[in-house]
Amino acid sequence: MLITELKPRETIESLADGKKVFVINCQGCKEVHFPEKEANELQKEWSEKGIVTGIITTDYICNPENMELRLQAHKEEIEAADVVLVFSCGVGVQTIAGYLEEKKVCAACDTYPLPGFQGVTPLEYKCDQCGECYLNLTGGICPITACSKSLVNGQCGGAKNGKCEVDSEMECGWERIYRRLEQIGRLDVLKCPTQVRNFATDEEVSK
Amino acid sequence: MKITELFERGEFVVSAEVGPPKGFHVEHLLEEAKTYLSGITAVNVTDNQSSVMRLGSLAMCKALKDEGLTPIYQLTCRDRNRIALQSDLLSAAMFGIENLLLLTGDHTKLGDHPQAKPVFDLDSVSLIHAVTELEKGVDLGGNELIGEAPKFAKGAVVSPCSDSVDAQLAKMERKVRAGADYFQTQAVFEPEKFIKFMEKAKQFGKPVQVGIIIPKSAGMAKFMNNNVAGIHVPDEMIEELKKDKEKTKAGITGVEIAARIIKECKPYCQGVHIMALGWESKVPDLLKLAEI
Repeated sequence: MLITELKPRETIESLADGKKVFVINCQGCKEVHFPEKEANELQKEWSEKGIVTGIITTDYICNPENMELRLQAHKEEIEAADVVLVFSCGVGVQTIAGYLEEKKVCAACDTYPLPGFQGVTPLEYKCDQCGECYLNLTGGICPITACSKSLVNGQCGGAKNGKCEVDSEMECGWERIYRRLEQIGRLDVLKCPTQVRNFATDEEVSK
Repeated sequence: MKITELFERGEFVVSAEVGPPKGFHVEHLLEEAKTYLSGITAVNVTDNQSSVMRLGSLAMCKALKDEGLTPIYQLTCRDRNRIALQSDLLSAAMFGIENLLLLTGDHTKLGDHPQAKPVFDLDSVSLIHAVTELEKGVDLGGNELIGEAPKFAKGAVVSPCSDSVDAQLAKMERKVRAGADYFQTQAVFEPEKFIKFMEKAKQFGKPVQVGIIIPKSAGMAKFMNNNVAGIHVPDEMIEELKKDKEKTKAGITGVEIAARIIKECKPYCQGVHIMALGWESKVPDLLKLAEI
């Protein structure tokens, strides 16, 4: 099982601050607990403020065929938005960021693990359920799973010709992140404060 | 002595590197360091370089210091979590070791214990941040240290000839913001790339030591081209190494090439860091030829 929890209110609000937002809610596969009520309340507030260009609520946003069609159907609303805010586990956010390469795609949730079946995703994206989703600092590419050292402050010096020092078949995750941030004009997020991972988060949740 | 004091005085800082052995007898290494490296500013001691298990960097630093040399303690995030790293930093301070080089470290899979757990609890940037915090008298857990806070010269690395140099500069900036005081670079064989890099890097206002490897043979150069990140030895240098095999074998060609690179880079940087890789005995000749 996984649990998705909304990020702290001020974090989510800073993502939407002064912007037009397109919202994607994943109500999950049966393995994921989704904070439906809290997400609805927040989105209702935003709709009343008139900052929401559109909402998709569905399950399995990581299912490629399903999602591609849905995104096409909402093309104009997505284009009208400054940011696409995804309420899902890390895999869902990465899937959407992969489709909307030129759009700023942000995660509204953190994902935590629970014992039991972890769900299946048909795509290559992975979520490590680290509980402190970094996707908003990395252009929607997960540094925990795309970097073989799970570095959170940028690439090491080990990549050769864009490939990871551990696996010559694997692209350097941080070079991908850098290119994506360049593409969406968000290299400024690399100026964020030094990130120090918190390995205590899962314990805190189960308390 | 902190090497940052020398940078501040405008001195051209020269350091070289020694790798501890896979064993605990270091007499030979100390003798070599005293003979060939005592004329330079400081000596880096690698931390289980290339993920190969060896004698510890901290112990070797202490041994060098006792012999009157100035050690630079290299510390990677591969083998220790934040508790062990901070603890070792306090140990270094107790020994009077003041110069650090803080790195992420190679992955365990590249070394002689590929089965080992890669730690990477911190990375180069958060390790620099941790040292900055310790210098304020607080550890990463937010707890106060007892007594005087340690003070270090915090070094970091950057790869100026990398094929993703803009990403390298972005990372360099993060290191500066986390508190890095000076930089040593990956080995440079293309001075023109280094000079271009320095044009951009000088905005950070931190001293940079150009990294130098003495090329030992055409085979070594090709090996580095195929396997070592951020290093490219141009074809004409490989040809130069091939031309007179005896001269190359004696180390003369390699020293000539390295001296030329130092001379070309010198006006654009604040020091040189020599990774002699076993050729420590060539360092005095190299510095003489490079007119340092």
